Amino acid sequence: MSANTSHNAQPGGELTFYLREEHHPEQSTMIGFWIYLMSDCLIFAILFATYAVLGHSFAGGPDAKELFDLKLVAINTAMLLFSSITYGFAMLEMEKGNKGLMISWMVVTFFFGVCFLGIELYEFHHLIGEGAGPWRSAFTSSFFTLVGTHGLHVTCGLVWMAVLMVQMNKHGINAANKRRMTTLSMFWHFLDVIWIGVFSFVYLMGVL
Amino acid sequence: MTADWTSLLFGKLSLEAIPYHEPILVVTFIGVAIGGLAVLGALTYFRLWGYLWKEWFTSIDHKKIGIMYIVFAIIMLLRGFADALMMRFQQAIAFNGNEGYFPPHHYDQVFTAHGVIMIFFVAMPFVTGLMNFVVPLQIGARDVSFPFLNNFSFWMTVAGGIIVMISLFVGEFAKTGWLAYPPLSDITYSPDVGVDYYIWGLQIAGIGTLLSGVNLIATILKMRAPGMSMMKMPVFTWTAFCTNILIVAAFPVLTAVLALLTLDRYVGTHFFTNMDGGSAMLYVNLIWIWGHPEVYILVLPVFGVFSEVVSTFSAKRLFGYTSMVYATCVITILSYIVWLHHFFTMGSGASVNSFFGITTMIISIPTGAKMFNWLFTMYHGRIKYEVPMLWTIGFMVTFVIGGMTGVLLAVPPADFVLHNSLFLIAHFHNVIIGGVVFGVFAGINFWFPKAFGFRLNAFWGKMSFWFWLIGFYFAFMPLYVLGLMGVTRRMSQFDDPSLQIWFIIAAFGAFLILLGIGSFIIQIGYSIWKRDELRDETGDPWNGRTLEWSTSSPPPAYNFAFTPVVHEVDEYWFMKQNGYKRPLSGFIPIHMPKNTGTGAILGALSVVFGFAMVWHIWWLAIVSFVAIIGKTIHHTFNYNRDFYIPAEEVSAVEARRTQMLPAE
Amino acid sequence: MASHADTHAHGDHGHHDDHHGAHANHGTFGSYMTGFVLSVILTAIPFWLVMGDVIADKQVTAVLVMGLGLVQIIVHMIFFLHMDTKSEGGWNMMALLFTVVLVLITLSGSLWVMHNLNTYMMPLTPEAAKQLP
Repeated sequence: MSANTSHNAQPGGELTFYLREEHHPEQSTMIGFWIYLMSDCLIFAILFATYAVLGHSFAGGPDAKELFDLKLVAINTAMLLFSSITYGFAMLEMEKGNKGLMISWMVVTFFFGVCFLGIELYEFHHLIGEGAGPWRSAFTSSFFTLVGTHGLHVTCGLVWMAVLMVQMNKHGINAANKRRMTTLSMFWHFLDVIWIGVFSFVYLMGVL
Repeated sequence: MTADWTSLLFGKLSLEAIPYHEPILVVTFIGVAIGGLAVLGALTYFRLWGYLWKEWFTSIDHKKIGIMYIVFAIIMLLRGFADALMMRFQQAIAFNGNEGYFPPHHYDQVFTAHGVIMIFFVAMPFVTGLMNFVVPLQIGARDVSFPFLNNFSFWMTVAGGIIVMISLFVGEFAKTGWLAYPPLSDITYSPDVGVDYYIWGLQIAGIGTLLSGVNLIATILKMRAPGMSMMKMPVFTWTAFCTNILIVAAFPVLTAVLALLTLDRYVGTHFFTNMDGGSAMLYVNLIWIWGHPEVYILVLPVFGVFSEVVSTFSAKRLFGYTSMVYATCVITILSYIVWLHHFFTMGSGASVNSFFGITTMIISIPTGAKMFNWLFTMYHGRIKYEVPMLWTIGFMVTFVIGGMTGVLLAVPPADFVLHNSLFLIAHFHNVIIGGVVFGVFAGINFWFPKAFGFRLNAFWGKMSFWFWLIGFYFAFMPLYVLGLMGVTRRMSQFDDPSLQIWFIIAAFGAFLILLGIGSFIIQIGYSIWKRDELRDETGDPWNGRTLEWSTSSPPPAYNFAFTPVVHEVDEYWFMKQNGYKRPLSGFIPIHMPKNTGTGAILGALSVVFGFAMVWHIWWLAIVSFVAIIGKTIHHTFNYNRDFYIPAEEVSAVEARRTQMLPAE
Repeated sequence: MASHADTHAHGDHGHHDDHHGAHANHGTFGSYMTGFVLSVILTAIPFWLVMGDVIADKQVTAVLVMGLGLVQIIVHMIFFLHMDTKSEGGWNMMALLFTVVLVLITLSGSLWVMHNLNTYMMPLTPEAAKQLP
């Protein structure tokens, strides 16, 4: 790790047992958050598995073909994808130290995120109105839970984003805020990855 | 109108929830109230609240958090064991028309609570506490990667435990068994609050456990002292590493499955219901995908403890370090492909059963390899029969028997006869007690002097060991016999009088274990009383091999004044062999994190939230949830979380230690 | 999430972060745009295939949809999440691979087990019961 330590013999054959200056262990935040994301991945895996097992148990109720509006899903997918790229732009501005531009891109990202949630809530509301709420059948239960859990994660991400915008504004791009931006970036892109799974496996496959 | 207001304000909660017509509970409550008031009174009288809050509850020091985990586990052990005693007594007398003193609806809660408490609030906190205390010291670090998260994890575990304990006096607990299978656990068949207490207690504790897993993995990956490559880590750290990988990989499954059950109960979804497409078998499948890695989470750390104990008390390097590491990693991966052996009888058919039967048998092999490595370590060693070593030898015999009955159960046709019989009960208690409990006691006796600066009294330690060992065999060998004769688990009354003698023997065994636990409590109390005679002045009472023994007992807050540079496995042994000298000067300021009360506050709010959700007090649930989010966000606005210990203070602490050590 | 906040006292802490290679790969405007364009294409194609009923064989469409989804996930990993074999000493990749293996085991294991359970244990529907000999 540090260039100042000799692991074994120095000239004279003496072993070094202790570092005599301050030891800076590597930052744990990124790997720690990544590992947390992997655990989140497993939660989604279970929800996907549940959907895979129960996704054809319509209990005499409506099935996927009747319920899914692919045009809406396409728009939603676009919202999330745009939000990913705009957050990427925010990260680039952060690296350059441009606080104002960074926060602007974060606002745009936030807007796309809110649009995504709004469309999803509209879709859920519509489904419930059609009598296809989560309590209708095992299929609807697993659909609402999988897609809803993703939506909950997006909501948490938006709350985090808003708080971080305030903190960036107040304290500037310091080391702690940089770490928070980077971990939020990982979180946000991870949610887009999960959404790829959702639109492919739930919506597109469901309608096939 | 009044009724509407009360249900809005109190949800389902009413005075009926308090079981004042159950004499056993009333007596228990009186006992707990008196004991609790005595403790609270004493703390107030001796003005200890400030000390407790500042020095312990808000501490982000891994050593203090580790100790608190173990204290919590000991308290919960008393509750879980009380349940065990009551069950043994009930089963010993409930013959020939005698219904015993437990009606089934009460007995069912007792065995459910026993399982839940022992696994989640005794075994898990015990191993988490040991890993928390020992790992940073073993890798030459000052603390874990995320000290605040560590504190938060502890309080979430305690919060979960408190929620389960509240169910004893307000409402009731689940009657479903410790895994709460639907459809029984669904709202139709368990409309009472018991399963809800179960769900919220476990979900809240589960958050703590998951974050603690992330924390320790990051710590082991990032905070090792320079020179300590992965293959130079102590074996306990390796097992801690693999355990925490299992935690991160398994607990999300539990979180998801419990959430699905929660949705079934609260929202009316159909994941596991009998009607409208649900599949109760899916629950069983998913919960055991968590459940099997869970038992390895419990046992891997104690395998690490035994490795440390065996090498230290044989004064010999651990035999086959590399194969130990590989065996641990293999167990970690294989534990993911055996889960179906918990439900061979559910009807997946011959192909599925054969596959999982074979993988289950394969997973016993790496454990066998470890057993041989321990034996080879002892061979030609200079063995000292200190208390930790006694526990280890007890483990080696007992766990092997339990493991063998496990391999027996791994054969699907055999399991068809023995599934859910007392044979199964005997098997898993055999491995959990013989493995986890014995290992925890070995670990506690081994590292107690490091944590507190004085040893535990050996006589009472040996008493505890022998009572536990002999008591275990009396308590559980009869259960193997009963299981082979066909007796089913979880029964509170029996028709066949020829079985009674076995239950009486088992009850006697439970009584011996009670004496074992009592001896352990006496051991602690007596050792505190006689601590000056048992003082550990050097920091190395056992002639240890790994880095934690190079610190004082107890270590200073910063662990190491200077970060060690590592050359070999068993680095401290290497240091001693090569004439290392403790640095006496040139101390530098040390960067440390500050204490914080946020973890305790979030834990308390979680208890309120869990309670509100159990009783459907929606306004309180919303308020406490918002408060949790608010407090968390508020915490992130605090950027002032660390400080420096000045060099003069480090100097003074080290000088005090120099005085205690024998002159060079 | 709570993070170990370093303070200002040690002025060059941020400096040390970069030197330790905490997150060496930050991405550039070019790489983000490449990822974005690829993602748009990889999203548009499956939507078009399904909504336009382009291929008669549903199986083939299904395989294409899942396959393209998988490719897009990899695109996201590389261009947005900056995954490589070097970051965090290779542990990021190791963690991802381990998770992928577990996800595969969980999904395929559950599907296999549940399929078998359903075949052997689920009661007959009234129609199926009428078909019994």
